[in-house]
Amino acid sequence: MKSTGSRTLWLVLFGILGFWFMLGCHKQSSSTSASTGGSIHPYTAEMEKDDGQWVRATKDFANTRYSSLSQITAQNVAQLRVSWTFATTVPHGQEAAPIVANNTMYLATPWPNVLYALDLTKPGAPLKWKYEPHPSPAAKGEACCDWVTRGAVFDNGKLFFNTLDGYTIALNADTGEQLWRTHLADLNNGETITMAPMVVRNHVFVGNSGGEFGVRGWLAALDTSSGKLAWKAYSTGPDNEVLIGSRFHPYYATDKGSDLGVKTWPPDAWRIGGGTVWGFLSYDPQLNLIYYGTANPGPWNPEVRPGDNKWTAGMFARDPDTGEAVWFYQMSPHDLFDWDGINEDVLVDLPWQGQLRKVLLRPDRNGHVYVIDRATGQVLSANPFAYTNTTTGVDLRTGALQRIPDKAPRTGQVVRNICPDAPGAKDWQPSSFSPQTGLLYIPHQNMCMDEEGTEVSYIAGTPYVGSSVQYYAGPGGHMGELTAWDPIAGKAVWTIKDKYPIWSGTVTTAGGLVFFGTMDGWFKAADAKTGNILWQFKTDSGIIGQPVSYRGPDGKQYIAILSGIGGWPGSIVAGQLDTRDGTAANGWGKALPNIRNEVTAGGTLYVFSLP
Amino acid sequence: MRPMLVSILLLGSLLTGCKREQRVFDPGAAGSQPANGTVLSEVAAGQQPPKGNQPNPIAESAYAVAEGKRFYQAYNCVGCHANGGGAIGPALMDSEWIYGSSLEQIHSTIVQGRPNGMPSYAGKIPDYQVWEIAAYVRSMSGQLPSDVAPSRSDHMPMVVPEQSRPQEHPGAEHPQPVVSEPSR
Repeated sequence: MKSTGSRTLWLVLFGILGFWFMLGCHKQSSSTSASTGGSIHPYTAEMEKDDGQWVRATKDFANTRYSSLSQITAQNVAQLRVSWTFATTVPHGQEAAPIVANNTMYLATPWPNVLYALDLTKPGAPLKWKYEPHPSPAAKGEACCDWVTRGAVFDNGKLFFNTLDGYTIALNADTGEQLWRTHLADLNNGETITMAPMVVRNHVFVGNSGGEFGVRGWLAALDTSSGKLAWKAYSTGPDNEVLIGSRFHPYYATDKGSDLGVKTWPPDAWRIGGGTVWGFLSYDPQLNLIYYGTANPGPWNPEVRPGDNKWTAGMFARDPDTGEAVWFYQMSPHDLFDWDGINEDVLVDLPWQGQLRKVLLRPDRNGHVYVIDRATGQVLSANPFAYTNTTTGVDLRTGALQRIPDKAPRTGQVVRNICPDAPGAKDWQPSSFSPQTGLLYIPHQNMCMDEEGTEVSYIAGTPYVGSSVQYYAGPGGHMGELTAWDPIAGKAVWTIKDKYPIWSGTVTTAGGLVFFGTMDGWFKAADAKTGNILWQFKTDSGIIGQPVSYRGPDGKQYIAILSGIGGWPGSIVAGQLDTRDGTAANGWGKALPNIRNEVTAGGTLYVFSLP
Repeated sequence: MRPMLVSILLLGSLLTGCKREQRVFDPGAAGSQPANGTVLSEVAAGQQPPKGNQPNPIAESAYAVAEGKRFYQAYNCVGCHANGGGAIGPALMDSEWIYGSSLEQIHSTIVQGRPNGMPSYAGKIPDYQVWEIAAYVRSMSGQLPSDVAPSRSDHMPMVVPEQSRPQEHPGAEHPQPVVSEPSR
């Protein structure tokens, strides 16, 4: 008996030692996770003029989120202090960008989607008016990732925003009077709207959400004065409904052919195939093209939808007036991991092998920063900005994402250590670009997952996922990163790490600063050149919003951010979920077991300025 | 033509007017027709405590509860409530019960739906399957005997098996044990 006992003890010790070694190996591989060696190249091409306002979430049509205001600098940012605050009274994920126009600030809240107008000309910016659209409470059960909205857009005296239950509303920006209200998304099919609309000339663009409910994705253009539908372009289905016609010239062979939105799916699966449009749009006035990404195909379980699943997990260039598709590129054909292609496209003109090219920079959910010729859709480069073990890069001749087949999810089997995980290397959180450094500031994740494919039934209005997932930190043990990226070299210049995913957007300023927030509530300013944190302030909840910079009526520079944890990971706090279940919040339970003990729900605007 | 139209309109208004004046003078003895439905509140007007969690063979059958677990997946309950931790919808393994934790209350929540996001499954699932799902849901917070609740699953480990979960204490039932009685 005694000898058996000691043998067991040895075995246990040996096991522990072995496990320890394995951990060590795992850790060692982390040092190669992010490439460094990029450098700063000041940007000399022309940019849109900054009027000191912030009329749309993306700041400008090019999506730079760059503010030319320079009162707040690396030298004086330490004196930054709260100027005033405002309580939205909605303790859910605050993903909206505050909109500033005509000395008024407009805030769009998560469901019940209240629109507040604050008067910036008066001390403390008191409430000027509020508009309550009274959305259906049933919408809360059809939205995958908390009750978020990504904000409003101001154009020509009007304010446009979307409600979770599927309406686009236009208000008189001075009075809050409703001008029109158009019903676009059908809750009964699981459709909601969370994106921030964008306006080009007389059209306001709106897309749907619901990629986890088997909806069919679309982007719609509404007439800004009447709210009437001008055109609607689906992301799946026959060419005439995707608005693919004679002007469509994709760069790569895999995107050429008729009705690929039908033929790259099992029969009729395109009708419930996803490809929703809930990210940010960009616009190039010279080429007269809008750019946007399409989300994941449904369901997540890829085994039930063999084929490339066009036109999901890709991006379109379209004519804003007619909606006609001009080109398309699919970042993740036959998506395996819920890698929505909705990430922002930042339009810049870069020196490329001796000539100035009109490109777009796209830090994609699949972990690569794409540099794409925005006139043709040709991929010029695609380099990983986050740790990945699921792909080996992009073949620039064919445009194909090269996958590692072992990591493909399978029904009834658990595949472990898939990096990046379902929320991807980067989810919705928008990056920013500074002409001073020529760098793209990318807030993103460093995460992996275990996944088991499951059988799934399509029942309209209920989730259509077919996958069990659990997420955890990637190599290094931290879940969040802010990477300053040199798009020309395709390499990082510096990286800030954070315990939690950095789920907030970023803004860069001419003061040489990058502002961002953390899920545990810190709002921070980093030196755009070095990544050194120069200032930070603890807000009352977690930050997952979009910081903005504007000039007040008093001539001072202000920085504004909404604090209020929520969104997909933060729904653990906002929805009081139970993390004893690792699959809570569709996989975040395992990653964030203690976040409810560290952060509380909130919904407060903070505005900062120098004394 | 015109007088005819006028008279038709007049006749129409008279007809609707008749209904308007109709009343029921004798609805019967009040006690003979109490309004019933699934009770959601712990407090009952008139101090008649609602009866919850009557013995139910489904909640005592390991087979029925295992079937409930299967249907919980098949009808996409798992998509919103995960494996008890919640996602789009609330957690089901804790002690918070917005619309009641009794078998009858869970059954009616599934059938009727609830205004803040729970879709109604009325007319979509056979009644016995709803009861099986409701019983399984109770097992998620440790409300069923351990020989009835499901044990280890064959899938990716993500949560302690229902059988081994500590019994939660929903506010309306199984009150937290009283640790000190007020002195007389």
